[in-house]
Amino acid sequence: MSFRRDVLPHLDAAYNLARWLAGNDADADDVLQDAMLRAHRFPRDGGDAPRAWFLRIVRNAAFALLRTRRGFEEVSDDEPSLEPDAAMRLVAAADAAQLRDGIDALAPHFREMVVLRELEELSYEEIAQVAQVPIGTVMSRLHRARALLKKNLLRQERSEHARRSR
Amino acid sequence: MHDDLAELLREHRQELRHPMPPGLRRKFLPPRRVPWAMAAASAAAVALVVGFGVGRTTGGAAAGFEQEVVASHVRSLMAEHLQDVASSDRHTVKPWFEGRLDFAPDVRDFAPDFPLVGGRLDYLGTRAVAALVYKRNGHVINLFEWPADGVASPPRLRTLRGYQLFSWRKDGFAFWAVSDLNAAELQQFAQLWQ
Repeated sequence: MSFRRDVLPHLDAAYNLARWLAGNDADADDVLQDAMLRAHRFPRDGGDAPRAWFLRIVRNAAFALLRTRRGFEEVSDDEPSLEPDAAMRLVAAADAAQLRDGIDALAPHFREMVVLRELEELSYEEIAQVAQVPIGTVMSRLHRARALLKKNLLRQERSEHARRSR
Repeated sequence: MHDDLAELLREHRQELRHPMPPGLRRKFLPPRRVPWAMAAASAAAVALVVGFGVGRTTGGAAAGFEQEVVASHVRSLMAEHLQDVASSDRHTVKPWFEGRLDFAPDVRDFAPDFPLVGGRLDYLGTRAVAALVYKRNGHVINLFEWPADGVASPPRLRTLRGYQLFSWRKDGFAFWAVSDLNAAELQQFAQLWQ
């Protein structure tokens, strides 16, 4: 297996994932460096496609960092899924900045789903390999992530309204 | 029911992706793939890097490694790449490598003659190595080290395209020092390690 061939084509995806999960440039830099070293040390054994293999390493490096932060919580996949709120219509006018804030406000386990699916356009199967959970869990987390993101966007819109009408 | 959200995200996908900072990208790309780095580098550095590209095809495996050491040195002098941890305190630099490398590098400071200014991770061949950065009258010395089997060997000088390289083995480590400093002074630096 060639390290360069396996890793270098996926650097942009890796950085994007690291940056979204770590939340700032300096930590994203650390996460990516960690991931590069681990990828060097434990080369791909041929089981997974290079992208899923490398993104899994990046993702695990990011979560290793997140777990050292105060207030980090593991996700519970047993919670009842959020029923879509009838009044929860999406603000079609949400711009990139609002979407960014909305995604940032998600808990890491949900944020990674949105980043991998919507921004990196991975298949459910690839996401399952990256996050090391069954495909069913990917689907339910993604469902919850989208519902939570909508909530965040709606909350932003309300506070924006309140601010304007003052 | 989530179609509109998916569509919205798709629409803004490129804006929402975080682009990799150029300095970080430079750190990870192998020495031979340098066209974008050349654009950012000074004319002198460009000439050097181009020089390696030409020289590489003629040298053997050993010469190839020396070229890689020099290329790594030159890249380190480009913006944002000299050090990941900036400190003259070896008690700061050494722990910084912990968890980033699978070995504990030997870190020494030879101030005031050769003050330690920092360290960073680098890649030589296919492995991650510790790079320690020293200064000498405005010249930069990069010292690379990594675990290596084999008997101890005294510093040996090589010269490549105006750069001096000293390599030696000691206590289970391979060391390579590289700089544009003159050979006598770099040898003095190498002797301090023996």
